[in-house]
Amino acid sequence: MADPKTPYVGRAMKRIEDPRLIKGIGTYVDDLRLPGLVHAAILRSPHAHARIRRIDTAAARALPGVIGVFTGADVNAACGLVPCAASIPDLKAPKHTVLAGDRVYFVGHPVAIAVASDPYAARDAVEAIDVDYDPLPVVANAEAAVKPGSPLTHPDLGTNVAYTHAVAGGSSIDEAFRSADRVITHRLYHQRLTPMPIEPRGVVASFHQGEGTLTIWSSTQIPHLLRTLLPGMIGVAENKLRIVAPEVGGGFGAKLNVYAEEALIAHLAMRLQRPVKWIESRRENAAVTIHGRDQVGEYEIAVRNDGQILGIRTRTIADLGSYLQLLTPAIPTLTGLVLTGCYRIPAVKIEIVGVYTHKMATDAYRGAGRPEATYLIERLMDVVANELGIDRLEIRLKHFPQPSEFPFATSCGLTYDSGNYQGALAKAKQLANWDQLVKDRDAARAAGKLSGIGVSTYVEICAMGPSKAMPAGGWEWGCVRMEISGKVTAITGVSPHGQGQETTFAQIVADRIGVPIEDVVVLHGDTNVAHYGRDTYGSRGTAVGGTAIVMCIDKIIAKAKTLAAHLFETTSDHVEFGNGVFTAPGVTNREIAWAELAGEAYVAKNLPAGLEPGLEASSFFEPQNFTFPFGTHIVAVAVDRDTGQVKITKYVAVDDCGPLINPLIVEGQIQGGIAHSIGQVLFEKTVYDENGQLLTGEFMDYALPRATDIPEYVLGHTVTPTSVNPLGIKGVGEAGTIGATPAIANAVLDALAPLGVTHLDLPMTPERVWHAMKTTTAATTA
Amino acid sequence: MYPANFDYKRPATVDEAIALLAQHGDAAKVLAGGHSLIPAMKLRLAQPKVVVDIGRIEALSYVREARGAIAIGAMTTHHEIESSAVLQARSPLLAETASHIGDPQVRNKGTIGGSLAHADPAADYPAAILALEAEIDLAGPRGRRTVKASDFFVDLLQTALEPNEIIVEIRVPATGKSVAYEKTEQKASGFALAGAAAVVSAEGIRVGITGVAAKAYRASAVEQALAGQRRPTPQAIALAASHAADGVEPLVDIHASAEFRAHLAEVNTRRAIERALARG
Repeated sequence: MADPKTPYVGRAMKRIEDPRLIKGIGTYVDDLRLPGLVHAAILRSPHAHARIRRIDTAAARALPGVIGVFTGADVNAACGLVPCAASIPDLKAPKHTVLAGDRVYFVGHPVAIAVASDPYAARDAVEAIDVDYDPLPVVANAEAAVKPGSPLTHPDLGTNVAYTHAVAGGSSIDEAFRSADRVITHRLYHQRLTPMPIEPRGVVASFHQGEGTLTIWSSTQIPHLLRTLLPGMIGVAENKLRIVAPEVGGGFGAKLNVYAEEALIAHLAMRLQRPVKWIESRRENAAVTIHGRDQVGEYEIAVRNDGQILGIRTRTIADLGSYLQLLTPAIPTLTGLVLTGCYRIPAVKIEIVGVYTHKMATDAYRGAGRPEATYLIERLMDVVANELGIDRLEIRLKHFPQPSEFPFATSCGLTYDSGNYQGALAKAKQLANWDQLVKDRDAARAAGKLSGIGVSTYVEICAMGPSKAMPAGGWEWGCVRMEISGKVTAITGVSPHGQGQETTFAQIVADRIGVPIEDVVVLHGDTNVAHYGRDTYGSRGTAVGGTAIVMCIDKIIAKAKTLAAHLFETTSDHVEFGNGVFTAPGVTNREIAWAELAGEAYVAKNLPAGLEPGLEASSFFEPQNFTFPFGTHIVAVAVDRDTGQVKITKYVAVDDCGPLINPLIVEGQIQGGIAHSIGQVLFEKTVYDENGQLLTGEFMDYALPRATDIPEYVLGHTVTPTSVNPLGIKGVGEAGTIGATPAIANAVLDALAPLGVTHLDLPMTPERVWHAMKTTTAATTA
Repeated sequence: MYPANFDYKRPATVDEAIALLAQHGDAAKVLAGGHSLIPAMKLRLAQPKVVVDIGRIEALSYVREARGAIAIGAMTTHHEIESSAVLQARSPLLAETASHIGDPQVRNKGTIGGSLAHADPAADYPAAILALEAEIDLAGPRGRRTVKASDFFVDLLQTALEPNEIIVEIRVPATGKSVAYEKTEQKASGFALAGAAAVVSAEGIRVGITGVAAKAYRASAVEQALAGQRRPTPQAIALAASHAADGVEPLVDIHASAEFRAHLAEVNTRRAIERALARG
């Protein structure tokens, strides 16, 4: 029985799921061993753009152990097109077949697939396939791609522009610019990034000939969306399709997708009547699992000399890559949704141009649009403050809405649920010991060192989301069952893969039902168990999925009260429930615990008339709005004058995600998010050369942050509940990455400000920093 | 990733290894700690028909004093070098350099002989090996021979090793404490964008540089600028270090321009000399 004085919710508990993961006894896709399993390997294009003249698979098919070799001509008609769920008006989209047709459009484009008795033989077969390519002109740069005369990514589309999306909000943007004292312009580039989850993708598919059912195990964030979308591709009815996301080793948005391989492996399992496994290599993961970001824009801000921002106008070019994956064209439009950040900015006008290039598709990557927007607005706040000589905290405070003004409608068209931006900023200043930090920086500067402080105050969009604002269904489903033994099984439609909901949901269930947490099991990730769901992305799991669980608990308790009243021989309005025990004060001294009540419910010999047996409930929760977590990050850095290397000397983050269910998990999410930002600001970048060749296809060339890059974090919280869900919680999965990128960038630029450096592109590598120092120093001395 | 099919041979002695290499010729590749060959095989960039694993020849794993020098068996791991009491006391530069290689897993498996034979232009050891004027013993079908460090590195991934030869021993002289290795890491791989090893001795200051050019080199112009100066001033060191990339053609890739590599050579040369002198 839980001690009522110390509820599980709010406790920094270690994660229930961790021991099996740490001990290596979790089951990932590649751990599956099915009888008769065969292995697939994929031949991928070495060219960014080429015509396929001929594919000869004869030698490959003749190799020992090879079961089959298939090209686009063999499978495309049976597999349907890889889907894009984003609805953008006038979107020009290429046909995205699972294997290449007569052309390849990016390095890594799948051309043929070999199936063999073991993975070595499958690779041997791939090597033995002979393809005759005729290389064609390559579009490798999105800005160049929109200029007249550029080669075309998809010649049949007649243009490289997939769409132009314009949004204007608030008051008149023209009037804002007419009445401005000055207009500040700035160009900002958000580099392409590779998500690099620790586990690459993998698919196993098995067709049961007798039942006509197909089971697909995939390292995915979205088993339910796959179950919705794959039937249209492979011709298996939804109710004959079971998708399992077993242990999933990270996703960061990269596994929020329907990939060609999922349909292809499923098709081959049916065609060959054997279970088929495909495991993505690390090199494939770097090349053919979606990339993130890759936006460049010109930003104009209309300001008054007193620092009042009147309007922002932008034109952003988003590099979509060569194909549309599930949400590819929608991600850049999310940037436009929170471009005004946590500020009152009366007028905005945003034009986003989505452009095709011969690269891997971009799509949702941790933060998906919000990191881009936050980086833009937070860099711009510093640019404006510096240009006008206004303190950068002051200019932020000047544009914050007051806590009493929430719900706060922004000129981007959103309504922020709740907020106290001043409170988070004040707490971060206090935790950072701001005045001392500034003194230390100034002392370091006086001693000839390069020292800087950066700030960002952010707001983001979580708990996705209201169905009317989502591509299709933003609700979440849950089911809770009080078993006959008194144990509790909670089933969720979200698909955690690192977020820790086996623990946080158990905390919620244990508290609300009043059982020890050890008696609660949380199930997820298998569409035959969690029948419905909308899965995990957009920091929605706990705020939306957790709420569905709470609704189930409420239903079970209501039903249990009816049954308890019957056993007490009274009416349910006399029954009280607390701490796992039903009582009827004033009626009887008898107490009924869950175990007894559950026994009655399932044995069902003494039920009130009309009451169904059992104690189980399921619910769909439809949120009425997004939630809008916020916070302040403060960073101090030291820059090595000789080498340009940046060292983070202090990191303070105050995040407000509403009430904390498990502070340990919240802090883990924030720490991981900040680590992503450290990588993005200081060294991570996905690089293609002018021929569309990927130069960062492995860890020898793609620099991920390591433990030694991570500073000691000082993490704090303010708690401003939302009214969007009964838990009051907002979501925290992406906040770190959204708040941190501009804070670190602002700190580096503050450190370089005494040298006259006002801008650096991301990532701010040692060479870029060194070059900027050298250039400005040369200019100053000249 | 799955390598192509290959035969695996594990000789117990150097003679057996040489015989296997002679037997299989170009079809064979030597496996030591495996940190270069195995990734290349997994990517199928290397597809040897025969892998000759010399990593378990116990007679090639040692660190011992021998006639005023310290002799190191070719199959001694980076970790063994890093933690060798003999090296730390008698020739600390090599131990310090080994501590900069990769991560603990790499240092537990990778060997000095494997690293030198692969001759990656950004490997750490070559800077120290050159600055120490080490000697490298090679064994082949025609017996053993000794090659000076300055003659060993020929070009990008090319050494003085003849086909069918393997490295058996590396000898470094005893030095004082006045040695140092300074390195700027390539952020992704941890290899050197520029690494400089400095040895201060009664005869002068010697500097070896890795990561900057197609092969590691002695920074002769730096050494000459400091010739005859027992305790050079910081200004003299800085001036000398500005010649760290004289006469070399720096590498260019996505991680650094030629200009930045040359600059880092200068910075690390200066820092290595300063730190080596400070230890004396």
